[in-house]
Amino acid sequence: MEGLKLSEAELMIFIHPSQSRNVFQGICRELSSLLFQYNETFDGVLLAYDATVKSKQAKILTGLHPYFGVRVNTRLLLFDPKPKSFVEGKIVKISPESIHVIVLGFSAAVITDVDIREEFKYRVRDGEGSFVSRSHKRHALKLGTMLRLQVQSFDEEVMHIAGSLLPENTGCVKWLEKKSEEALPTDRDHKRRKLA
Amino acid sequence: MGAEEVETADLSDKALVSAIREVLASAQSGDTDQYNELVQLMYIKKKKSGDDAMAQPEVPDDVDVVAQRETLLKILSHSVACLDDVHHNHLLQLILGTRIWDHKPNVIYALLDLIISLATTSGKHLSSCLDTLVSNLRSQPRKLDNKMLEVLSRVHAALHKISYLVPLAPSILLPILAQSMPSVHDKARLQVVVPYVKNLLKLENSSIIGKVVGKDILMMVMGRFRDLDSEIECDDNLQNDSSLAMFDMELDVAVEGTLVSKLLDDLMVESFNHLKSCQDAGRLDEVFENLFESFENLILNTQKLKFSQFLMFYACSLDPENCGVKFASKLLEKFLSSNNNQVTRTNAVTYLASYLARANFLSASFVASMLKRLVDECADYCRTCNDDARPEVHQVFYSGCQAILYVLCFRMRSILEVPHFQSQLTPLESVLSHKLDPLRVCLSSVVSEFLIQAKACGLFIVSDAFIFDDLSESELSRALGGFFPFPWLLEKSNSLISPHFIKRSEVKKTYEQAEVTVYGDTDNEEDSDDDVDPDNEMNKMSITPKHSVMHETERLLKMPSRISPSTSPRESL
Repeated sequence: MEGLKLSEAELMIFIHPSQSRNVFQGICRELSSLLFQYNETFDGVLLAYDATVKSKQAKILTGLHPYFGVRVNTRLLLFDPKPKSFVEGKIVKISPESIHVIVLGFSAAVITDVDIREEFKYRVRDGEGSFVSRSHKRHALKLGTMLRLQVQSFDEEVMHIAGSLLPENTGCVKWLEKKSEEALPTDRDHKRRKLA
Repeated sequence: MGAEEVETADLSDKALVSAIREVLASAQSGDTDQYNELVQLMYIKKKKSGDDAMAQPEVPDDVDVVAQRETLLKILSHSVACLDDVHHNHLLQLILGTRIWDHKPNVIYALLDLIISLATTSGKHLSSCLDTLVSNLRSQPRKLDNKMLEVLSRVHAALHKISYLVPLAPSILLPILAQSMPSVHDKARLQVVVPYVKNLLKLENSSIIGKVVGKDILMMVMGRFRDLDSEIECDDNLQNDSSLAMFDMELDVAVEGTLVSKLLDDLMVESFNHLKSCQDAGRLDEVFENLFESFENLILNTQKLKFSQFLMFYACSLDPENCGVKFASKLLEKFLSSNNNQVTRTNAVTYLASYLARANFLSASFVASMLKRLVDECADYCRTCNDDARPEVHQVFYSGCQAILYVLCFRMRSILEVPHFQSQLTPLESVLSHKLDPLRVCLSSVVSEFLIQAKACGLFIVSDAFIFDDLSESELSRALGGFFPFPWLLEKSNSLISPHFIKRSEVKKTYEQAEVTVYGDTDNEEDSDDDVDPDNEMNKMSITPKHSVMHETERLLKMPSRISPSTSPRESL
């Protein structure tokens, strides 16, 4: 899935003296406070981190507050969905006007009817709504379907994605993967006929 | 015919949706005539007295207008993608500024659906939609009829739905809830606090919202309890004399029937009911952890609180074997941990003592095991402490000793029946005899009561050296921290707390059996004895270290006149 990236960063983390008994715990606490927030310095939403302390020495800040700075090597997992990139999520609501998707469990994505390509037709069966492809009956978007969508915009403050299903390679992930697999046997069959 | 009707209706709906969307699009192009008609439709005629649901509006809305408004709201909820901040700001302002209680139920439901759509379809409106819902929770009418109760549950359902579709919505909701919490100092709006807290607790109970911010909601509620608790005045005498508070709080003490105390009483009932429902739902364990963290951060180091700490007490009473045990263990852990500051450790052990002493849902064997740990800890301290004679250096030790004495004042008789426990208390004698001399530093009322009971049951040989004629209190003993005071002075919630609380008058003391032997004639003799105190003192001095049986009997017989149950320890001082 696009939008995820791994960054290595060397950080200086300032620890309060009350944390001096367990510095690593203080470091983790500081980094944890940044989780699931967009960070301009990192250029993305911090999802996970791994931290190692470089040395046992630390720099004491001069001034009013006696924090000490600890140099930390980190690996950061960041989420930054760029416009036109593709992300995947689970459908949690379908209505004629919009499809609501949760990406990675924390980001809400919405595709409105104007951004759903004509191929899909909304229908209701047994009280449940779904979008079914007019071209391929098995390509259906239902509650719980894993959906691949194109990112149009990303609101960093509330982690909201405006998505689109206009491109051909968007839709049900399972169906799209099956479709790309089916392309291979066709090539083989073609070669076989050629030899014959 | 039927199919045609359905088709006609469907076309009609689609036509309406298209028409409204065209109007919205036209407004973006500068053509605002039809758009302004929509805006006009959303204007609400204000009722004169908004808080009184019984008042009739001066000019009731026309039935057709109500129906049109409902239809418009339904169509808009299907067309939120067509709304933009710039061109449709006026309409959005009207929608988000609506007080839902002014509308008919059907319009309310359509409005809530629209708010859900606005919040979930675009991130831009999420915060303002949540703010609208919260402000409507805050402004709910004082009395709710059945229809309004349904509306209230729909508002909660809307918050739940939004949080389901937007996982970070609870995080955004939390500061809105905190900001909307009515202030303790706004006397005019105090009555809003109870329904608001009730709504907060309901959100805490929500599986989606509570999972993310339930801990913070409890912290918010506990903070409000603490603030209100601090506002309630008791007799100045009681506040200044912790010696009285330990025992004599059971005397008649009037808390003014102030608005604040009534408010706190209502909040207590709501909170206790909430905890009960958590237990019924099987999630008390999880809530307990959050509640303890709130207690730890907000209550533990706050002085003079009278009621707020009972949230913990009540939660423990609901699940004595799990939460009840955990509370004691956590407090003990805070006392033992040298990472905590002195005030925290002192307060923790004082709460622990009050809890072990008063909670009748704790078994004697559990209390005994906790006492053993306290005794062992104090004994260890005696062995390792430095020779500094200043009492303040050993404050944590003294608070531990006082905790032991206090618990024994209430539990001595029952826990001495625990097999093998008395032998485990042996180190206590060496602690009390140590040069740090805790009996002289701890609260005199506690020490006095303890000595009387210990002597009566022969816990260990109580040397005459322990009997002080004039026990003086040190400054330090007054500084020893919090506890669970009694009696419970709030009317409504009393029935929920009292059954779990050991009153001092209920304590079976070790010396009570001796009273059986007291007769009227004996009383007279004792009065006579009191008159010749100087002679009695002379007799005491002449007693040999080895007591005869006769002398022991005489000593026991003399006790009742000074320790009659109707007399408080204070009077015997």
